[in-house]
Amino acid sequence: MTAAIDDAIANPAALKRTRRPSRFLAALPSYIQATPLALILGAFLLAPVLMIAAVSFWDYDFARLYPDFILTNYAETLGSWVTWRTYLNTLKYAVIVWALTLFIGFWVAYYLAFHIRTATMQMVLFLVCTVPFLTSNIIRMISWIPVLGRNGLVNTTLIELGIVPAPITWLLYSDFAVVLAMVHLYTLFMVTPIFNTLMRIDRSLVEAARDAGANGWQILCNIILPLAKPGMAIGTIFVVTLVMADFTTVQVMSGGQSASVALMMRNQMSLLQYPAAAANAVVLLVVVLFMVAGILRVVDIRKEL
Amino acid sequence: MSKAAAIDIASVSKVYGTTTAVEAISLKIPAGSYCCLLGPSGCGKSTTLRMIAGHESISSGDIRLGNTVVTDLPPAKRGTAMMFQSYALFPHLDVADNVAFSLKMKGVAKDERRARALDMLKLVQMEAYAGRRPAQLSGGQQQRVALARALITDPEALLLDEPLSALDPFLKIRVRAELKRLQTQLAITFVHVTHSQEEAMALADLIVVMNDGRIEQAADPRTVFEHPATAFVARFMGDHNVISGRVAEAREDGITLEVAGGGKFSATGKPGEVGEVADIAVRTDRVRIGDTPEPGFGFTGIVTNIEYRGSSVKLSVNGAGIEDFTAIVADVDFFANPVAVGEAVPLIWEANDAIVLGRLDS
Repeated sequence: MTAAIDDAIANPAALKRTRRPSRFLAALPSYIQATPLALILGAFLLAPVLMIAAVSFWDYDFARLYPDFILTNYAETLGSWVTWRTYLNTLKYAVIVWALTLFIGFWVAYYLAFHIRTATMQMVLFLVCTVPFLTSNIIRMISWIPVLGRNGLVNTTLIELGIVPAPITWLLYSDFAVVLAMVHLYTLFMVTPIFNTLMRIDRSLVEAARDAGANGWQILCNIILPLAKPGMAIGTIFVVTLVMADFTTVQVMSGGQSASVALMMRNQMSLLQYPAAAANAVVLLVVVLFMVAGILRVVDIRKEL
Repeated sequence: MSKAAAIDIASVSKVYGTTTAVEAISLKIPAGSYCCLLGPSGCGKSTTLRMIAGHESISSGDIRLGNTVVTDLPPAKRGTAMMFQSYALFPHLDVADNVAFSLKMKGVAKDERRARALDMLKLVQMEAYAGRRPAQLSGGQQQRVALARALITDPEALLLDEPLSALDPFLKIRVRAELKRLQTQLAITFVHVTHSQEEAMALADLIVVMNDGRIEQAADPRTVFEHPATAFVARFMGDHNVISGRVAEAREDGITLEVAGGGKFSATGKPGEVGEVADIAVRTDRVRIGDTPEPGFGFTGIVTNIEYRGSSVKLSVNGAGIEDFTAIVADVDFFANPVAVGEAVPLIWEANDAIVLGRLDS
């Protein structure tokens, strides 16, 4: 290729002749480099999504699927009050878990970024935050059971201290337990992007604000929070999409008493109602995409990427 | 517009762990003057400025601004305003909000603070850009916004941390003229940190040359240039040949210096003891090509390099135990009697162009 360019420089008449093939040749390596990712995304993301979208229009009975183009699955999904209540319940989890992880995540990230002086200590403490992630989600969830159960750690302690006369029943198998486990599971997804944004804030901005007479609280509200928004938005996307798609936490921690959209889908699948589950999945996908689009409209995250 | 305050630094030190960044410096900056802290990087000039501003705690000593001891006051209570090296403009606020920031912190109503910010932007001719974000401005424009943001607090002293270092050479010269004009107009004290001696000479009423956490010399630019106090100052300001040796003869008004392995040179100034190590400085532009060097005020050396500079020619000469002695000769004089590299050339200077340099007692 360089030879072709040298040639073109030496002999301008050759430029016209060589331009067309050389432009294709110049672009070729870029296409080749993009191919593996395109193949992986195509095979494992795009194709399944298209398949689900297609299946959502199929007909089915208790034993078989019939390729078709009917809207019954969507009509049944959207027309059922169970769906609406389940969505509402899932959204409730999403909002509560989002608010809690954002609050906790921000302060953890803030402490790591602004109050830990040395970079080594920052990395060590950050790794400490990730230690729970060395075990699986299920194990971390199940470990809550002996803590929160009827005769668990919390209840035994409270009774022995004489604070409550009888075990508190809402600790486990309740919305409280679901939210607690989700916050535990997902806070790190908030800490990481916010920590990343906070580390990028030029420290002289803080000094400039102090020079202008801002106190600690004013610096936080006027400088750090606005500049941390992109990180918060990325964390929000993580947490919201994870909570919206969660079914194990809801099932285990609510003891089957609460429902989430994903849990509803799983139940449909276990009844072999694949087209119904697919229609549900498409609806959920659209809802989540709208939520993400909404977040991206509010906060410009481009400078973080 | 506001009254200027004198800054009085009394044996101030800054110690980080075991390293001393600033070692017991004392300095009086008169009210309404333009003071430049000058020195190489790591000499403690920025630390000194940040201690005046209150962004760095003072390990020992006191700083007074006007009649108040500000040593333990927070930055905003000192009556100083700081302009940061990278300008530190808030990227998420537009230009007017950046300038109005300190008013917002004080709780001034939105309309009033926007109006006052616009007034301040007019002062630096940036009112047309009030609605832009800092990222949409050029370096020079950002610098003006930073200046307006610092001045809106109505400071008694403005502290500038290398304000021109991010600008291109052309803009540097223009902006520095503006800084000087603004300082005259506002009549407040400016303290400006720089490592460019040219910048300091162009701007300052008082140049403070710092090295290794200590003040080598604090004087007006002419004194610093014509009578550098120490060898460091003479070298840092440039345009001086520093000759080191031992005192061979001490007179009432000067000394004669003996260079190891070479000639003897006389200089005027504070006499020292015979046998002491001493430095003298000879202005490079006062050296001429002569006939026969007068004893003590010239020598004959071999030309090692010739640089043509237009109005003058720079000769580098080795001889009489001196390496790399620089002579700046007017072009007319040089071309009337040109020499080539490798030739011997007699250099002479007048008796009062050689001065004795002092030493900081360590």
